[in-house]
Amino acid sequence: MSAFAQSQTNETFVLNLGPQHPATHGVLRVKLVMDGEYVVEAEPVLGYIHRMHEKMGENRTWAQFLPNTGRMDYLHALAFNHGYVTAVERAAGIEVAERAEYIRVITNELNRISSHLLWFGAFVLDLGGFSPLLYAFDDREHILDLLESVTGSRLTYCYYRFGGVYNDIDDGFLAGTTAFIKRLRDRMPMYHNLVTKNIIMMKRLEGIGPVSAEMCRKYGATGPVARGSGIDFDLRKHEPYSVYSEFDFEVPVYTECDSMARYMVRMDEIEQSMRIIEQAVAKLPDGPFMTPKVSKIVKPPKGDYYNAVETARGSFGIRLVSDGTNTPYRLKLRSPTFSNLSLFGEASRGMLLPDALALMGSLDLVIPEIDR
Amino acid sequence: MIDYFKEIISGTWSLFVGMAITIRYFFQPVVTVQYPHETLPMPPRFRGHIDLVKDEESGQSKCIVCGMCQKACPSGCITLAGEKPEGGKGKVLTKYILDFTKCSLCGLCVESCKPEAIAFSRDYNLAGLNRNDYVFDLIKRMEERN
Repeated sequence: MSAFAQSQTNETFVLNLGPQHPATHGVLRVKLVMDGEYVVEAEPVLGYIHRMHEKMGENRTWAQFLPNTGRMDYLHALAFNHGYVTAVERAAGIEVAERAEYIRVITNELNRISSHLLWFGAFVLDLGGFSPLLYAFDDREHILDLLESVTGSRLTYCYYRFGGVYNDIDDGFLAGTTAFIKRLRDRMPMYHNLVTKNIIMMKRLEGIGPVSAEMCRKYGATGPVARGSGIDFDLRKHEPYSVYSEFDFEVPVYTECDSMARYMVRMDEIEQSMRIIEQAVAKLPDGPFMTPKVSKIVKPPKGDYYNAVETARGSFGIRLVSDGTNTPYRLKLRSPTFSNLSLFGEASRGMLLPDALALMGSLDLVIPEIDR
Repeated sequence: MIDYFKEIISGTWSLFVGMAITIRYFFQPVVTVQYPHETLPMPPRFRGHIDLVKDEESGQSKCIVCGMCQKACPSGCITLAGEKPEGGKGKVLTKYILDFTKCSLCGLCVESCKPEAIAFSRDYNLAGLNRNDYVFDLIKRMEERN
């Protein structure tokens, strides 16, 4: 804490960050108690974009909730689609066509790359560098075009269905995906030269924003935040769902616990996702993209079900309670960024304001997913 | 002390490396599209709002008024009605209103349609001054299209 600021006034003041602030990426408000330039206490205030998704699930059929899933985490919508359809499929005992599983993995990983690219651009933007955003959006645009050609939408996808996917992928999509992977492989060194090795970037991130492994466990942080703190946990690897167990990929883990570690985890994850896509495209089996004869009206038997998937921000869990009718009795959503944001108050204590913003950027917040 | 100067030199160099990447872009072709003057083609699977499909033989809509689209819609955007013509077989569509203000473009209605009587339109340049501009009468739209 600054001795200078204390001896002057010995007073603190409250600074409102948000709800309309570019660094909060949406409508998040953080009440900061400041001592000069230093953060004494930070309290996130949530609920500005609460849309009652859980309650909405209770008054519509199982299939009608599908479009909602893509609107919670709009940056990695397909993972939320995936989490929901897998949960219902497991509850109702619906078989998934093998080709559909591979299509799901390919599209899901493409979406993960696009999410990480957007985070990369926005994060560097938070730190004050504008141009990397444009490079990242150039690459992201290719992914959006590819996904638009199969799913029909660019952001809020609703592509997976119980038992398969909405539409088959064609050779044009596969050729486009292969070409894109090659392009991004060539561009990754450029990203590292432009941003990662930049001295200003290194000075802003290395050793800044420590989040210990214990803090992650305490607040339930998952995803790149936990992996940047040395916790080797990725649901795709450790509790494989879909066909992830058939692919050879690594889980990037860094033990530095700082903002740079979280940055590096995400950059490495882009490379791992590219590896998964390449293997999935090579192994893609022929066959139907939808299990034939899946009943239109899904009625999972009475019971309590839980399923979790790995999104770009951490593990997303769905708890379903079914009373045997065609609408869910209870639909509880566990979103990753809600837990990741919870540690911000403790982690930012005593930090300089710009460093606290760098820490917040490195948590990769998506506000609609926090509020649901 | 040596490390301090080393860092200054390597740090300055890293800035020049980044600058070189940026400067190279001055000599590369422009990738942006000047939107209102140029447009990109829409992909075939683009999901716009729905439109009725015309039956080429009869010139009427293919709709059989089963009401499945109305049931499938999560937001209740679709209102439709039909009547049984005298001596005719099956129902004929008389009213099909889409409240696009509530639509979330999920496409569940198109999937549920057995006779393939509804399809996605390619309209995306939608702008209006009044909320009622988005309550579409799809039968009228279908007739106006030709």
